[in-house]
Amino acid sequence: MVIVHGVVMALLGAGVFFTLVGSIGLLRFPDFYTRLHATGKCDTLGGGLIILGAIIYHLFQYPETLLVPAKLAFLIFFIFIANPTATHAIMKAAYKTGLKPWRLGEERR
Amino acid sequence: MKLKEKGFGILLTFCIMAVFWILLSGVFDAFHLISGIVCCAIVSIISHDLLVKGKTEKKLQKSLRLLIYIPWELWQIVLANIDVAYRVLHPKMPIDPLIIEFETTLRGEFSLLTLANSITLTPGTITILVKPEKGKFLVHAIAKEPAEALLVDQTMQKKVAHVFMET
Repeated sequence: MVIVHGVVMALLGAGVFFTLVGSIGLLRFPDFYTRLHATGKCDTLGGGLIILGAIIYHLFQYPETLLVPAKLAFLIFFIFIANPTATHAIMKAAYKTGLKPWRLGEERR
Repeated sequence: MKLKEKGFGILLTFCIMAVFWILLSGVFDAFHLISGIVCCAIVSIISHDLLVKGKTEKKLQKSLRLLIYIPWELWQIVLANIDVAYRVLHPKMPIDPLIIEFETTLRGEFSLLTLANSITLTPGTITILVKPEKGKFLVHAIAKEPAEALLVDQTMQKKVAHVFMET
């Protein structure tokens, strides 16, 4: 049980870390496109790791209800498909409206 | 031949939806199972061509290759996140954004979607535009190294082309 709790805590911790890094990147990066780099990737893995931790915890704590981990696994699957697609859609919209990407040495926007 | 393909499409859609119904409902009495099967049958007859399209040949082999591709892709996602974390937390923020263009040999809808999403999830690159008729990609890279990985090495294009057999 101790090992399971350790693994779950490590997964949750890693998930929280990546989500936090995504938020910091959103604040630090200089323009729209680079900010999307931070949020689009870190949210995918951060959310995925947190849900994975929940799945493992549930499997060992309540082994009689296997449906809940299955539903959570579907959640991971959909996040991994929807997140890059949404990031790409926002990026495309910004590019089509003519937003110029930031180059090295410019002022941050 | 045509009829056989249609039957295969209906059957595959039906199986996927039946599994989904059972997993999400979680109730195994006769009423719920039968109503689920009836609903799945109606929907799969009406709209099977949304999910399963075109030729069925080599579909099994492609699915197997996709299953091998996914773990590699997951590892790339972890690398991408460590890369972004490094760039975010580094005091000097080592970024140098640029937009690159390249063409691929891919033409299929699903293979283009896979490559576009893979590019978005892997280190330092996000897909901006895809032109399906030429297989052309417009990609925003956060620094020089990830851009060169896409332009020079082309590991990802080769892997996706191998999965969908479109070399």
